[in-house]
Amino acid sequence: MEQSIYRSHILVCGGTGCVSSGCKEVQEALKDELKEKDLRDEVKIVETGCHGFCEKGPIMVMYPEGVFYCEVTPEDMEELVEEHILKGRTVERLLFTEPTSDDTIPSYTDIDFYSKQQRVVLSNCGKIDPEEIEEYIAKDGYEAVGRVLTNMEPQEVIDEVKDAGLRGRGGGGFPTGLKWQFAADEDSDKKYVICNADEGDPGAFMDRSLLEGDPHRIIEGMIIAGYAMGADEGYVYVRAEYPLAIDRLQKAIDQAEEYGLLGENLFDSGFDFKLQIKKGAGAFVCGEETALMASIEGKRGMPRPRPPFPAQKGLFGKPSNINNVESFANVPYIMREGADAYNSIGTEGSKGTKVFALTGNINNTGLAEVPMGITIEEIIYDIGGGITEGKDFKAVQIGGPSGGCLTQEHLDLPIDYDSLIEAGAMMGSGGLVVMDEDTCMVDVARFFLDFTQSESCGKCTPCREGTKRMLEILEKITSGEGEEGDIAQLERLAENIKSTSLCGLGQTAPNPVLSTLEYFRDEYEAHIYEDNCPAGVCEELTGDYYVIDEDTCIGCTACVDVCPVDVISGEQGEAHVIDEEGCITCGACAETCPVDAISQA
Amino acid sequence: MACQCGNEEQNREEFLAPLRELLEDYESKEKYLIPILQDAQEEYGYLPKDVLREISGFLNLSFSQVYGVATFYSQFHLEPRGENIIRVCMGTACHVRGGEKILEKIKDELGIEDGGTTDDLHFTLESVACIGACGLAPVIMVNDDTHGRLTPEQVPEIIEEYK
Repeated sequence: MEQSIYRSHILVCGGTGCVSSGCKEVQEALKDELKEKDLRDEVKIVETGCHGFCEKGPIMVMYPEGVFYCEVTPEDMEELVEEHILKGRTVERLLFTEPTSDDTIPSYTDIDFYSKQQRVVLSNCGKIDPEEIEEYIAKDGYEAVGRVLTNMEPQEVIDEVKDAGLRGRGGGGFPTGLKWQFAADEDSDKKYVICNADEGDPGAFMDRSLLEGDPHRIIEGMIIAGYAMGADEGYVYVRAEYPLAIDRLQKAIDQAEEYGLLGENLFDSGFDFKLQIKKGAGAFVCGEETALMASIEGKRGMPRPRPPFPAQKGLFGKPSNINNVESFANVPYIMREGADAYNSIGTEGSKGTKVFALTGNINNTGLAEVPMGITIEEIIYDIGGGITEGKDFKAVQIGGPSGGCLTQEHLDLPIDYDSLIEAGAMMGSGGLVVMDEDTCMVDVARFFLDFTQSESCGKCTPCREGTKRMLEILEKITSGEGEEGDIAQLERLAENIKSTSLCGLGQTAPNPVLSTLEYFRDEYEAHIYEDNCPAGVCEELTGDYYVIDEDTCIGCTACVDVCPVDVISGEQGEAHVIDEEGCITCGACAETCPVDAISQA
Repeated sequence: MACQCGNEEQNREEFLAPLRELLEDYESKEKYLIPILQDAQEEYGYLPKDVLREISGFLNLSFSQVYGVATFYSQFHLEPRGENIIRVCMGTACHVRGGEKILEKIKDELGIEDGGTTDDLHFTLESVACIGACGLAPVIMVNDDTHGRLTPEQVPEIIEEYK
């Protein structure tokens, strides 16, 4: 097929976030526009994986200039093609505005969100078309596996990964090289490599973005792992909730087979490796490795006691090794650039980079890859652009339902596996949910317990019954019926569940309660002893109407206009009044008020 | 549900024919239970008792084991479901940005509880764990369409789209 030389490439993000905000329609409009202006031979549209900046989707990057347009709509395309492509002028109004300075930034690389990241694992995400294997190969893809299979002994590969200091990115942080060693040391005619892509932590989506944006990187990492431990078959266990990721990964597997990168006798080394996808069926506990293997075997996804460890007796009773998506994605870089290049990034005990999913009350939600050891402050303020609506930072929940929350006093804490554990949180899969001053921490704890309780598989008693009892107490407190002794009871249950549960789900389930109790005990006490929810979230503990402070009100009528039930009265320039009878406590008025004169009674 | 009149055996056969056809792609091994259940649900919209029984026979597994798996995973449903599935994300990011209020509004609008189906089988409402579109919180999915950055006021309009 003849390849045209294009003068411009337009990269349109095709990640799930941007699909939801309408990138498909934008692409269609762009195509039509290019056709109309007869530019199809000059300008190429490339649909890429996630750019990570989901908040601002749909996202579009124009090359060779590297101009970054965000929140584009199909209606913008006419102007964009006319101005940018034909006349060479940047369309100001579609540029990104830095929330901290209000400056508009034209270039991709100058936006704080990107310039402060270090992209190793995500280096191709948003830059290449994930459905074209050639694009991955052009970015040095499959070079590492070629070198490994033709020049290295399996033990050398394991030693390299050990030297790199890679630790499991799924949460636990167990040294990956050591895990491979265990599986390699087992003598067996059959072994399995499994990729855990059952990303269930609410607030984490880095694995999905990797699978959608750079699926070949995972495949390459898995082949290398297979070679290192002598496994000739691999499974990728993906959540069924990620249809686009499954689709792109399947295409990538098919292409790799076609190119002889999966199958028999790879690179003439005599090594065979085949890979298949297993779709999950919706059970959070299947992120636990023994439960995940039970699920692949067609059983209920329940964990089992260890030993025997999966490295000895895993899938179908054979030695197996399970790593997370992001862990595998690190492997090609390590083998290509060498352990020394890799372990020069990060801190003493935590090497390399980590991808974090920034969500919650933060300006720049999205995916950010940073070197280990960066502080929480740098992530939230420099990359994340600070708290939405200029509110105050209250806490950040790290590590999903297994993690804990950190506060103002931890802002300068370097993020690595060990310092997080010390502070009572954990890396988990890397979800960072930022909460502002209006968040009730008791309600957050209740939210997480509600989640773990409903996802508990029910096999062991401490987790099944214990989380239920804890949830009941939290519900009691948030509904205003808390009593003396509740906090002590929560703490007692938490310690028991942590020390006696069978698997990681139960062992970590009490963490959100324990860490909120440690840092926000006064909020629990206010709920219990003062019948008050300081953040104004728990309905039973807040007034059932809003009032306007007469002295502060400037009479701007903004609240009158937004009130959906028209119960605010008052003339321009005079203090307004809310009719408490009709107020439905929707809070719209308080949000609109420019001088914060409105509060809940 | 198979028709209750006329020749019951024949109805049953007709009802199970699509299942038998999809089973042809599988060997009788336990590890295929979940993929088979997924395919069967795709075909029937839910997992009727007769279908589960047929699958247990095919895989040579006890009915209780098949039932155990089908009820363990949240993806599987044993009751008929609405034509349109509304999934309300209850993930952390959505929770912090007001997902609960969206769920309440939808319940009010449709007059059903979480997990319920409207009498006309038009809508099924479920709250789900994170759907991974946290940048757009709060988010709901109606079938395969994602609606993000929602406020409760927008709910009636969205429901109307699918009526």
